[in-house]
Amino acid sequence: MTPVVEADGLGKRYGQKWALSECTLAIPAGKVVGLVGPNGAGKTTLLQLSVGLLQPSAGSVTVLGGRPGTAPDQLARVGFVAQDAPTYAGMSIRDHLRFGAWMNPSWDAGLAEDRIVRLGLDPHQKAGQLSGGQGAQLSLTLAVAKRPELLLLDEPVASLDPLARREFLQGLMEVVAEHGASVILSSHLVTDLERVCDYLVVLIDSRVQVAGDIDELLATHHRLTGPRRDHNALPSDQQVIGESHTDRQSTFVVRTDNPVLNPAWSVEQLDLEDLVLAYLTRAVQGDRQPKLEVLP
Amino acid sequence: MIRLTLRQFRAESVIALGLLTVLGVVLAVTGPHLANVNSAFQNACSNPAVLCTKAPNPVVSTDLSLQGALPFIVTIAPALIGIFFGAPLVARELEAGTFRLAWTQSVTRRRWLAVKLGLIGFASMAVAGLLTWMVDWWASPLDAVNKNRFDPGAFGWHGVAPIGYAAFAFALGVTAGVLLRRTVPAMAVTLVGFVAARLAVQHWIRPNLAAPLHESVPLSSSGLGVLSASAATGTVASLAPPQVNVSNGWVLSTAVVDRSSHAMTTQAVVHACPTYGQIANTNVLPSPAEMHSIHDACITKLSEIFHTVVTYQPASRFWPFQWAEMGIFLAAALALCGIAYWWLRRQ
Amino acid sequence: MIEFHLDTRSGVPPYQQIVKQVRHALRLGILDVGDQLPTVKEVVARLAINPNTVLKAYKELEHLGLVAARPGIGTFVTKTLRDDSLAAHGPLRQSLQRWLAQARQAGLDEESIEALFRDVVQSSSAEDVA
Repeated sequence: MTPVVEADGLGKRYGQKWALSECTLAIPAGKVVGLVGPNGAGKTTLLQLSVGLLQPSAGSVTVLGGRPGTAPDQLARVGFVAQDAPTYAGMSIRDHLRFGAWMNPSWDAGLAEDRIVRLGLDPHQKAGQLSGGQGAQLSLTLAVAKRPELLLLDEPVASLDPLARREFLQGLMEVVAEHGASVILSSHLVTDLERVCDYLVVLIDSRVQVAGDIDELLATHHRLTGPRRDHNALPSDQQVIGESHTDRQSTFVVRTDNPVLNPAWSVEQLDLEDLVLAYLTRAVQGDRQPKLEVLP
Repeated sequence: MIRLTLRQFRAESVIALGLLTVLGVVLAVTGPHLANVNSAFQNACSNPAVLCTKAPNPVVSTDLSLQGALPFIVTIAPALIGIFFGAPLVARELEAGTFRLAWTQSVTRRRWLAVKLGLIGFASMAVAGLLTWMVDWWASPLDAVNKNRFDPGAFGWHGVAPIGYAAFAFALGVTAGVLLRRTVPAMAVTLVGFVAARLAVQHWIRPNLAAPLHESVPLSSSGLGVLSASAATGTVASLAPPQVNVSNGWVLSTAVVDRSSHAMTTQAVVHACPTYGQIANTNVLPSPAEMHSIHDACITKLSEIFHTVVTYQPASRFWPFQWAEMGIFLAAALALCGIAYWWLRRQ
Repeated sequence: MIEFHLDTRSGVPPYQQIVKQVRHALRLGILDVGDQLPTVKEVVARLAINPNTVLKAYKELEHLGLVAARPGIGTFVTKTLRDDSLAAHGPLRQSLQRWLAQARQAGLDEESIEALFRDVVQSSSAEDVA
């Protein structure tokens, strides 16, 4: 099946600074993808490149088989909600729905109105008067009602209170369950994404650190604890992501496709947050090992 | 996309239509009066002819406040269109971040801009055209009397040129908004740019749209300008060229020259009228009648050598110049639209 | 109709939690043969989890022979786990009570009794497998 988003050496530069560099990804269809990384890592840049709001400085990106932002039918198949969910403050909710209908031939008016009613929103209220959560739900409605195959959401829940956050994700998952859209949502908090994502892309320092199915990533990353040892003592099929030592004990976070057989190690499963933290720590500490390749 | 453009433009269009309507009512109410005053005078004139050459037509002093306000309104209207229709069109979306919503629907950025430029640009031209037509109509009695519509002060609020001005100001506003990405700076740039363009065309391009004509007029005592004598030096210090009126034409310059086209100099005047300057030195000033005859004698002597050359554009060129100026500004507007379009695509 | 809940801190994968909760409901008689499980859409709308998680859970239940999916209609319970016979095992219950009294007399507290019991259950089922 064709990937929904395919990036090849994708990069974006502002002056001398690269906001995103050497990004190579092949995101499969039918997944809810979490794009994780600290602020400034390049998540917004990657999403905006995928939707045609930015042009690449290097490499290329293909979305649903086409170049982003170029053709109306390509634009129609991708729904996007930018950070802070922009809406026209002076226009009412009902006007926004009409905006959606005018701008999108594939607009499903029934779906849109249904969502607004179920969310308990007043169609006559101006968008500028909505709360953060309500605004996010309006933006999601606008993105969803054109029946896209792919939804891109830039930090959709970052500024929402816990209830609004939960309601947003509930609505989003309902859309996925009903219409089968692929979703890519970014966040700087892993905990936001754990419930809903089944695929993960970790972006740190404008580079992709790791990308893959979450189940597979959790199955192939382990925490090894044992007597003090140098990382070179580990077998070559175990990539060391992170390490810490006391005078007697060593702890390694490794990535391997094979089971860890050495009985000297106590092997632990990682949770998603630990996994991302390991990569974050590695990036902060700088490279002591050569840059690891992203395994698809 | 068309409906969206109209919906987003709703506030501005309501205000513009409202203002046009108010103005239209004012003009409709006062216009006929103006015409009546003029025609009454013309009728009275057709009897004793003397009355008309000496007495001024009362129409020129009717509704003076409107006479001052209306040209001003038509002159600034294109600038206002540029500032309020043009500058916010794209800049507002860029500033508020709503472009991230507008450009991720099923409409390409190019089409989005093209429809907005086309619709609002057309609206701008229509507003300017209607406004100019209304004021032109209202002022037609005055124009018939003053015969000065080709003058720089009047040209810009007559005919079709304001349609071009409005299109240009709008395009300038949009382009400034696209490049600067902020509404208020774009407004400022639009105002400055528009004023500069208007002045530049008015001073450097319009006079040269067609080679001006020259006409020689003999010096006459009533036509020649003031001969001013300086008491201190006892010489005739300056000679201002006469005011020449070309009915509905545009006088670019007048000069007093000799047969070889050399300008008249102070020395030439002193040489021809040696006694003129000495008048000031005497303690007893001559009577007005004597002054008059000395003045006339001097003119007669000078007119053997010098004549007045008037450089002007004839009245028949008024409309070609109007269309040409509108065309220039329309072309500039299209060029600016092209720049905005290209720049937007690049982002 | 059953309502699911998720404990994100338990370390148990979400899909397994759903399977467990269905089995528990079947055991207690909250769900009976012919009852419909909540649709995937309903579950994710309440829990805000990935639909694939729910699908995975339902597939596992189907694999265990407890439910069957009818395309376009829903997923329905096909087997109950209710064991009424629990009430019937009188002699077993009594011998267990006697053993408990013995264990307490030997000085074992609640935790040690449970640990001992679990240990014996696990090692004996391992023997069965072997």
